[in-house]
Amino acid sequence: MSALHDLTARDAAARVRRREVSATELTRAALSRITAVEPQVGAILTICEREALAAAEIIDRRVAAGEDPGLLAGVPVGLKDNICTAGIRTTASSRILEAFVPPYDATVAARLQQAGAVLVGKLNCDEFAMGSSTENAALGVTRNPWDPERVAGGSSGGSAAAVAAREVHASLGSDTGGSIRLPASFCGVVGMKPTYGRVSRYGVIAFASSLDQVGPLARDVGDAALVLQAIAGHDPADGTSSQRPVPSYVAALEGGVRGLRLGLPREYFVEGMQPDVEASVRAAVRTLEAQGATVEPVSLPHTEYAIATYYLITSAEASSNLARYDGVRYGLRAAGGGTLAEMYERSRAAGFGPEVKRRIMLGTYALSAGYYDAYYLKAQQVRTLIRRDFEQAFAHVDALIAPVAPSTAFRLGERVDDPLTMYLSDILTISLNLAGLPGISLPCGLDAAGLPIGLQLIGKAFDEATLLRIAAAYEAASDWTARSPIP
Amino acid sequence: MAITREQVRRVASLARLRLEPDEEERLTADLDHILAAFTRLEALDTTGIEPMAHVEDVPVPMRDDAVTNPPAGDGLLVNAPARDGRLFRVPKIIE
Amino acid sequence: MSAPWTLDGFEAVIGLEVHAELQTRSKIFCGCSATFGADPNTNVCPVCLGMPGVLPVLNRRVVEFAIRAGLATNCSIAPRSRFARKNYFYPDLPKGYQISMYEAPICVGGWLDLVVEDTPRRIGLTRIHMEEDTGKNIHDAHASGSLVDFNRSTVPLLEIVSEPDMRNPAEAGAYLRTLRSILQYLEICDGNMEEGSFRCDANVSVRPLGATTLGTKVEIKNMNSFRNVERAIAYELTRQVRATQTREAIVQETRLWDVDREETRSMRSKESAHDYRYFPEPDLQPLVIDAAWVDDIRAAMPELPEARCARFVRDHGLSVYDADVLTQRKDVADYFEAGIVAGASPKELANWITTELLRIVREQKLDEQLVIREWPLTPVQLARLSRLVEQGTVNRNTAKKLIPRLLGTGVDPETLVASEGLGQVSDRGALEQAVADVIARNPDQVAQFRAGKDKVLGFLVGQIMKATGGKANPQLVGELLRSALAG
Ligand SMILES: [Mg+2]
Ligand SMILES: [Zn+2]
Repeated sequence: MSALHDLTARDAAARVRRREVSATELTRAALSRITAVEPQVGAILTICEREALAAAEIIDRRVAAGEDPGLLAGVPVGLKDNICTAGIRTTASSRILEAFVPPYDATVAARLQQAGAVLVGKLNCDEFAMGSSTENAALGVTRNPWDPERVAGGSSGGSAAAVAAREVHASLGSDTGGSIRLPASFCGVVGMKPTYGRVSRYGVIAFASSLDQVGPLARDVGDAALVLQAIAGHDPADGTSSQRPVPSYVAALEGGVRGLRLGLPREYFVEGMQPDVEASVRAAVRTLEAQGATVEPVSLPHTEYAIATYYLITSAEASSNLARYDGVRYGLRAAGGGTLAEMYERSRAAGFGPEVKRRIMLGTYALSAGYYDAYYLKAQQVRTLIRRDFEQAFAHVDALIAPVAPSTAFRLGERVDDPLTMYLSDILTISLNLAGLPGISLPCGLDAAGLPIGLQLIGKAFDEATLLRIAAAYEAASDWTARSPIP
Repeated sequence: MAITREQVRRVASLARLRLEPDEEERLTADLDHILAAFTRLEALDTTGIEPMAHVEDVPVPMRDDAVTNPPAGDGLLVNAPARDGRLFRVPKIIE
Repeated sequence: MSAPWTLDGFEAVIGLEVHAELQTRSKIFCGCSATFGADPNTNVCPVCLGMPGVLPVLNRRVVEFAIRAGLATNCSIAPRSRFARKNYFYPDLPKGYQISMYEAPICVGGWLDLVVEDTPRRIGLTRIHMEEDTGKNIHDAHASGSLVDFNRSTVPLLEIVSEPDMRNPAEAGAYLRTLRSILQYLEICDGNMEEGSFRCDANVSVRPLGATTLGTKVEIKNMNSFRNVERAIAYELTRQVRATQTREAIVQETRLWDVDREETRSMRSKESAHDYRYFPEPDLQPLVIDAAWVDDIRAAMPELPEARCARFVRDHGLSVYDADVLTQRKDVADYFEAGIVAGASPKELANWITTELLRIVREQKLDEQLVIREWPLTPVQLARLSRLVEQGTVNRNTAKKLIPRLLGTGVDPETLVASEGLGQVSDRGALEQAVADVIARNPDQVAQFRAGKDKVLGFLVGQIMKATGGKANPQLVGELLRSALAG
């Protein structure tokens, strides 16, 4: 029998339900795995040992009492640290929230708990989820478990690395422009960004409210489906969460791809793409064709405008969302007294890192008098055009297939001084956030340096089921998800 | 130049960010670089295109007018950097 | 039109912005109580404290109240409107932005009909929109800091914006009184200026008589009574004309009314140039109002002053003048109806209210209260008194003289009349005797009467009243006297 920390989430939960293993044993196994590998990974900002063991004990008592302990009974999980947890420090990887302890749970945190999951750690990310490498993180460095000199991707780098390093069985991240899919791809795990509105945003520290969405990172497609099942659905506390019923994602895994039509977006095979990335993705396409899917080229003509559109809209929303960090009710207040204006300016200057400041500046500028029409309004119009591109493509196909990123994980420090190059890491992931569509990233190979390559599937709105079905079919025909970087 | 140092200073003041001189210089260059790259949007004709503020065109949901929150306990106040009893304390506001 | 304000060839242009706090149970975007008077920071939650990640959920009743206000002021109700963020920093604004409405308000293009100095005036309404209130900054003159209470944060407000249609301070006063009365009739706002639930800012400019363009406008704030509004506007108009005459530039700015010094002064410390960076609130989708809902609200509208006036004329046979006086204030109209329920006859009671009661109300300055709850005479007292007169138990003069002794006592007039023997003498025998005595003592006047000088009758009646200590039933006296003289 393999080590407990190696089990998939669904296997672990099944064993807890069958009383073959206790939640406490699983939790202890996760905590000792964390102790062993965390020094080389750095995925976790806050380890919740005491709370985790208490939660596991409750699960064990429920099992003993014959109650249904839930879909994820006893499964150790981690949450990106922009997801609020009552009584547990939640920082968004920012100095400004370094000591913030929310008195409330994000809806997704509460739902995972209701499903029986055990929270063992809060996971590192780019500050306020702004970044593509988890290097814009004020409170710690996360390294790629496949190569400690490389980034884990971002912004949910800790969520991907912790799953890849088998410190947790699954985790939640948030994806505003690729922040689940990119690190999933860099770390060789499965990551899903659901349709905007499929999962509640209540209690998830806002970056760009009209794009942010929480989703699972997991070791395989089946686990991703299970975690999504636990968190999806309407939340009265989030008016932008959809009222549509949630289908069974677990059941969707069985469908196979025969008869499905897949579109290959011409614009997503960009110049300068790492050759083995393109080769792996094209090989994955052939695998799916061999299983009965048909593949045809499609075009998303406004893709070249996506980066500018994305950064203008998200920075504008962020500049407003981050105005609440003013040192009055919570968060960092710069020491040294002074006037009210000085208190604001110094607290925010000390509390926010360089990338966050850059985006606040860009967003404030884009919304300011005289520039609103040229930048913000224009970007919103282009957003409409980008969404139309997808609508037209989905008139012909059931899903799109593409790489997640033009390259595999880059080196730590390689792009930090060049924001625009860093922004280009998201070129293949941001369009679907602008359109609000679901996307999944799953491993489809290793490059020459032995780093994971990610395959991206993009679906119609609220059609996560089809994405999971295709992903499961591909996964069954390959063995990439079974690999672990750290024995 | 898409943006000047003077504009950066004004934007920083709107955003309540104190910038050190080197930060100000760096941000001027960064924003200039970023905005220059974004000029490609200008070339795109968007006449008559509806701006998209929300992903789905569904009406805002509404709740009933009911008091559902209990009176606040200390949990909502304990994160405050400075307090005076149940009140938040800030430097003197001068009007 | 009442005489426009003019000074040295300049005229006044006045527009008003009213913020009315709505009397809902809960706040506009969270389930906290919206009532006044709780201990500091107890009616608060993560949402109205602007904590990270939390989201607003719209209170339906606020929308209903806005529609009511719009219908009552002849506005059209937008089938689709939208919330926007107004971004600025202030300690009482927890999120760093106020959720308001900007380019797509809920109500547009109405008007209000006023009567100013007996002349009807129609003032245009630009718009009505919903927004959230801020918390309260507490300035302690002696302390080094200020304190903030967020109990009022996120309490619903309507912002009601007039066209710049008013031409003198009295019109501004009349506009506010009429608007407040309508909101009170609608039962959506208590209208308390002192407590801040009905607040007014004035936009004031001057221009040469006959000009059609607008001068530079100045916003005046901090006026907490109707009287102060009129005085602040009058002061400001004169200041602006004098400034123009001395070629001093009038700057577009906000000025505060200093009630002690009776002048407006510039808020120099406030940031000179506002740039609120409005943009659509991503956390709240467009507000869609279908016609059926508006129809339902229209059908269930409480009676407004105009309709109530017409009903008083129709059902109670009052003159239009009396009915109008009685319905200007909802509390007065309610008083009248309570008196009718207590058995008074409408015309008699209307008479007592418009002459005696309202005179006392003015003398005691009770009309400065927004709702008179403690009347100097209860509706039941006044109804009983008017019935005593009507039934002939006391005559009108005696009744009037009783009023000072009834004020504030709650004593039943009937008890007072009985205990003090003030009842009117209606005993035929006693009065016949008195008539006979007076006829016998005044032979000259009797002769004059018989010669056709009808006026003498009044003198004879007066003599009889005198003889009976004012208690004789004047009707009966007249009747007896005529028959005696005819005999
Ligand atoms: Mg307002
Ligand atoms: Zn609240």
